[in-house]
Amino acid sequence: MKRLLLILSLLATPVAAVQPDEVLSDPALEARARELSKDLRCLVCRNESIDDSNAELARDLRILVRERLVAGDSDDEAIDFIVARYGEYVLLRPRTGGSNVLLWAAGPAMLLLALAMAGLYLRGRSNAPQKNSAGLSDEEKARLAEILKE
Amino acid sequence: MPICIGLSCRAAYTRGMITELGHFALILAALTAVVQALIPLIGAHKRWPGWMAVAEPAATVQFLLTSFSFVALTYAFVTSDFSVRLVYTNSHTLKPMLYKISGVWGNHEGSMLLWVLILTLFGACLAWFGGNLPPGLRARALAVQSMVSVAFFAFILFTSNPFLRMDAVPFDGNGLNPLLQDPGLAFHPPFLYLGYVGLSMAFSFAVAALIEGRVDAAWARWVRPWTLAAWVFLTIGIALGSWWAYYELGWGGFWFWDPVENASFMPWLLAAALLHSAIVVEKREALKSWTILLAILAFGFSLIGTFIVRSGVITSVHAFANDPERGVFILAILAVFVGGALMLYAARAGALEAKGVFGIVSRESALVFNNILLAVSCFVVFIGTIWPLVAELFFARKLSVGPPFFNLAFTPFMVALGLVLPIGAMLPWKRAYVGRAIKPLVPALVLAVALAGLAWSMQSGRSLLGPVGLFLAVWILTGSAIDIFSRTGRGSIGQRLGRLRRLPGADWGKAIAHSGLGITMLGVAGLMAWEQEDIRVAYIDQPFTVGAYELTLLDVREVQGPNYFSTMGDVKVTKAGREITTLNPEKRVYPVAGMPTTEAAIDYRFLRDVYVVIGDPQADGGFTMRTYVKPLTNWIWLGTLMMAIGGLYSLADRRYRVAAGARKTPEQGVPAE
Repeated sequence: MKRLLLILSLLATPVAAVQPDEVLSDPALEARARELSKDLRCLVCRNESIDDSNAELARDLRILVRERLVAGDSDDEAIDFIVARYGEYVLLRPRTGGSNVLLWAAGPAMLLLALAMAGLYLRGRSNAPQKNSAGLSDEEKARLAEILKE
Repeated sequence: MPICIGLSCRAAYTRGMITELGHFALILAALTAVVQALIPLIGAHKRWPGWMAVAEPAATVQFLLTSFSFVALTYAFVTSDFSVRLVYTNSHTLKPMLYKISGVWGNHEGSMLLWVLILTLFGACLAWFGGNLPPGLRARALAVQSMVSVAFFAFILFTSNPFLRMDAVPFDGNGLNPLLQDPGLAFHPPFLYLGYVGLSMAFSFAVAALIEGRVDAAWARWVRPWTLAAWVFLTIGIALGSWWAYYELGWGGFWFWDPVENASFMPWLLAAALLHSAIVVEKREALKSWTILLAILAFGFSLIGTFIVRSGVITSVHAFANDPERGVFILAILAVFVGGALMLYAARAGALEAKGVFGIVSRESALVFNNILLAVSCFVVFIGTIWPLVAELFFARKLSVGPPFFNLAFTPFMVALGLVLPIGAMLPWKRAYVGRAIKPLVPALVLAVALAGLAWSMQSGRSLLGPVGLFLAVWILTGSAIDIFSRTGRGSIGQRLGRLRRLPGADWGKAIAHSGLGITMLGVAGLMAWEQEDIRVAYIDQPFTVGAYELTLLDVREVQGPNYFSTMGDVKVTKAGREITTLNPEKRVYPVAGMPTTEAAIDYRFLRDVYVVIGDPQADGGFTMRTYVKPLTNWIWLGTLMMAIGGLYSLADRRYRVAAGARKTPEQGVPAE
């Protein structure tokens, strides 16, 4: 159910992801192209890399990536070339610069914050005076007795 | 009255009546929900037993009316009553019966009706099995549960009514997406919804406890089974969806970090955290306010998930239900419930006083760490999911956040969780000593390091993910085995093995679920690190090798299915000259939907899958073919299944039966042990 329309849009063009005729003869270049393809978005699909996508446009992009690599571009140069043409939207691995710092730092920052808060809480717990050794109030004890009696 | 052709007017009239009655029952259910949301709450506040007692019959009535409404809609689908617009747009007379039925929830309106049906089912369960809850808490929890129902009944009736009729009855329907005609997917949404909506119970209990201003061990003992049940359903639902994606989508991916997937994964992570923190409340009366917050957030993320899926805000262009009115409605529900609960939380959480005292190193602290990892990893998934929206709204950047981000940002949390899990599971309550706790785990550590080292030396130049996954799996599995064996106390091996069987369900549940996590981790790591792929044009009777396997395309045939045409390949798979199997990858065309699908052929084995996809014919007579050897893939779902089974074991623990069924089974007494 979830990928309903995504699939609909993909299958409108009956070609499969990475076609045999696209594969480069140099295995090292091909491996680099595959890695880059995994980080590039198929623009007409939903959240799918051009490496996985069946769409015609994804095929064009895959061929473009390979052309750039054959022309001697480094990985970064090839990516820059494609971003210059299609915009940042094409990157499945968002860049770290600018406001995206927030995205990349959110997890680690939250972890540190949570650890600090937990540290304070745990210190408080380990120093807190023991209030009630049984851990139950009188009312709760009565209720427990009632449950166990039944 | 619709025009009736090809069927007697009397029959059409009866069918129409049932549909109208279903619609009417839905409206009555909504009105009952309003009563149940108000009267018991006032009763609990004023301590009027009569008013509080309204809640239970109302919950039952609400559930029965909604069931009737759902059955009426199902009847319309089963009898292909195309006077109902929803049936017309989503069904077809030629569809197999199973998919006529699953078609009820294979669309927006019907799935929302299923949502609310499950919501009322949980409410009714609370009324039926909540016999020994304090009356005030029960009345309040039922009232809160019913407030959620009111909101969703209104949502259905005002924006997504499944009972709308057609002016003229068409001869046949528009069919259902062929990809959805699959047994795995037929049951994926109901399980997912049982999980999503099951978390509403934790929410209702949390809000009821905040209104009452007290949370104690008994509260946790009531909440935990519901959360556990919801989590088990969610686990099964997510696993079914992922399995479906694996065999149906044709490139063997199992998880795509799609917003819709994340929508189900975030509540799962928080429910897992809640399960663990509720143990601390139950056993040690600490972490109370955090547990309440988690209960609110877990259901909050269920609502966010519903919003993401139903509004299409984040999935933008290709959204499921691209309807802003619906989106705004759900956003309002989300704001009212989560906002309201959080305000109540802010006002009351301070009153929830902790009792248990424990050391920095203790089971309690380990569970706090577990909660941090699960909650922060959920936060990472959340940020990644909404970031494209945030970036566009506030920074005018149109960007994507895809699997590479999530794999990088999320995985470390799971690795940390796996590393700490066996140690935390062994730590005693209150005060522990790391050295003493780790000592019995040394064999597990040695074994894990040895096997991971072996794997690392055997795989030259491949991703480190494989050995790391293997290490974690062995560490968690052996650690769980050592943990559960250590619970059998002292004595001869024979005596201890004998005692193993009599350990409480919770101990077994813990061991099984944790082992399942380890197995899933290994499955994911193994698939991602050690997969082999081959893409080529295959020719008839010309064998080619992929990894250790030799494949031959023997023939390509045209085959006709019940409601599709298929181009089917016969692919012989041999290993070292011995024939293993013949696979039949297909390309199907469903004429009603007018779209082709690829049906991968998979040879499932315990240690690996061979996965073959056939593509288009080439001008020179060949066919494009993609072949994968996917190691350990089935371990992903084996592990999730074990997690679910572990949850069920835990649910069967005697202490919940004592808590939940005490009033109903007095004559049996408590079995002596």
